[in-house]
Amino acid sequence: MRYFTAWRVMHPEKPIEMKQFISFVRKEFHHIFRDRTTMAILLILPVLMLLLFGYAINTEVKNSKIAVYDPSNDTYTRAIIEKMQASEYFSVVKMLKNEQEMSEQFKSGEVKMVIAFSENFHENLLHSGDAQIALIADATDPNSAKSVVNYATAIIAGYQMESQQLQQIPFQIDTQIKLLYNPQMKGAYNFVPGVMGMILMLICAMMTSISIAREKEMGTMEVLLVSPVKPAMLIIAKAIPYFFISLINLTTILLISVFILGVPVAGSLLWLLVLSLVYIFVNLSLGLVISSVVNNQQTALLISGMVLMLPVIMLSGMMFPVENMPVFFQWISQLIPAKWYIIGVKKIMIKGLGFSAIMPQLAVLSGMAVLLIAISIKKFKYRLE
Amino acid sequence: MISCKNISKKYKKVQALSDISFEVKPGEIFGLIGPDGAGKTTLFRILTTLILADEGVASVDGLDVVNDYKLIRERVGYMPGRFSLYQDLSVEENLNFFATVFNTTVEENYELVRDIYQQIEPFKTRKAGKLSGGMKQKLALSCALIHKPTVLFLDEPTTGVDPVSRKEFWGMLKNLQQQGITILVSTPYMDEASLCDRIALIQKGRLLTIDSPGKIADGFKKTLLSVSAENMSLLLTDLRTIPEVENCYAFGDSHHITLKNRTSRYEQEHSDSKGKKDNEIEFIINDLKVTLEAKNHLNIIIKEIKPGIEDCFMELSKNNL
Repeated sequence: MRYFTAWRVMHPEKPIEMKQFISFVRKEFHHIFRDRTTMAILLILPVLMLLLFGYAINTEVKNSKIAVYDPSNDTYTRAIIEKMQASEYFSVVKMLKNEQEMSEQFKSGEVKMVIAFSENFHENLLHSGDAQIALIADATDPNSAKSVVNYATAIIAGYQMESQQLQQIPFQIDTQIKLLYNPQMKGAYNFVPGVMGMILMLICAMMTSISIAREKEMGTMEVLLVSPVKPAMLIIAKAIPYFFISLINLTTILLISVFILGVPVAGSLLWLLVLSLVYIFVNLSLGLVISSVVNNQQTALLISGMVLMLPVIMLSGMMFPVENMPVFFQWISQLIPAKWYIIGVKKIMIKGLGFSAIMPQLAVLSGMAVLLIAISIKKFKYRLE
Repeated sequence: MISCKNISKKYKKVQALSDISFEVKPGEIFGLIGPDGAGKTTLFRILTTLILADEGVASVDGLDVVNDYKLIRERVGYMPGRFSLYQDLSVEENLNFFATVFNTTVEENYELVRDIYQQIEPFKTRKAGKLSGGMKQKLALSCALIHKPTVLFLDEPTTGVDPVSRKEFWGMLKNLQQQGITILVSTPYMDEASLCDRIALIQKGRLLTIDSPGKIADGFKKTLLSVSAENMSLLLTDLRTIPEVENCYAFGDSHHITLKNRTSRYEQEHSDSKGKKDNEIEFIINDLKVTLEAKNHLNIIIKEIKPGIEDCFMELSKNNL
């Protein structure tokens, strides 16, 4: 308290500034609360997005229609077909009579995959070991084709193992597949961190830049500039309400993912929050940087919508794995804050790792935050042009 | 109080201001009169430190607009051309907000804004966006005044405001002047010029003249006639074809004309008698009437009138083309 009094004596102007600041923040909250539509969108959007990704956009493959071409039709092949049918991933819709029918099936788009056995399958397997199964998949949708083939391979391998134990076939390779962290291959494990990265960016960067652009568009910035208000205060006051809204969103996202989508927070909630806070700062300052470049709300919306959203969806690893991209895009993806955040969130939420694991992500994000805040304060225009 | 020396400003291709110099004395209402696009707003923005001039120096209250911009921003009041308050905040909230922005409270300087604010106080919980034009402007003025500025910059405060509110507004400015506030006001309405102590006429970025409205009107040396008839648009075209007519402009319900060499013909025909000036004007009017009647105009009314600021502006702007 004594230090505080001494500080106030040294800085007599501070209480006034504090009052100014509070009044600014209050004004920003008024803007948000009075615009009911936007307010509702801000709060409901994360819920909608999560549910949409959770239920509508499902990358998991279930009940894929497959056809079977089985010229040998022996006990072994029939057993494999039964296994396929019994699994939740496949339903055998057609038995093909000849190889020509195969291409017809694919052309009509009725089946995702055809399983073709070689002739005299069982016999060959026992004697020459030269029994073959061809898995032919419709790869127009490469992701689902890949998963379908994977499931089928796993089922066949599983059956092989069983029969090996029964019949002691000597020359089998024993493959064991274990899916770590996400044994049920739930899509939610991948998109919950992705949606978190997207929503927080959308709310922080987009809304902050739009709200500053609005001041410019409405001409109120002109009046504020011709006043003793310090630019830093104006900027920080703008960011604060969106900071709180994104905290609310973070809570909703986590609640939905834990209780509705069944994605647990495996690691420490504290570090997840710390990581999220740093990420929120990065995006708030990104919004401020954008607002210093644009002069109207529409451009702000376009820039934050197109220039920010698209790379986040495409390059953050949320939809497509970064490792498969050309080197150039891999380099670009390093610059995207969402990428680092999503990796960090996956480490904590899904893998249950601790602070030491997310240190690189935290460090990169903190660096980005400091850099962007410095740019936004430096770029703030004290004049109109 | 305000001083400009050789201010020039260029936007990409347009020369917005060229070589503007003038002084505003303390406690004066100084009007910047000119049509849209004359450069009024640019000049205001330079003086309120919002933009930088390409050339020239300017100072407000003894402070340089470039180096001392922070100090200037603390002590001037600025009301931009369009309504620049928060439309989603109420009247009261806007006023309170701008009071804190300027490190003061509404109570502290209530005295200054009382006359103006009292008129909108019954609507203090209404959102600023839902106010009428006149009320918006009163609120904007209250907000610009709340920190007791030494100089008030009003950029086209009466544009888009009804005539009654405009009149009221000028009454308020006179009151503020009595409280010692220097006011620089711009307007495209020439009829408001006479309400200023001194005015500068501005067109295409150049100042045409600076003086008191009365003296500017006195400087108009030619005879000015107002002409009206039934078909006003045809009259305008016809007047412009008459060789004796020097200038002819449409002015609301009549056309204002000046004549060239008006004395010479009169003197030729009346070379013997030395007629008075009144006779001369009568002669001109009759002469003109005859010419117009020959062109089938009906209900022709021609009379001599005193020049207004707009006439002076038209006359002066001819030389600025």
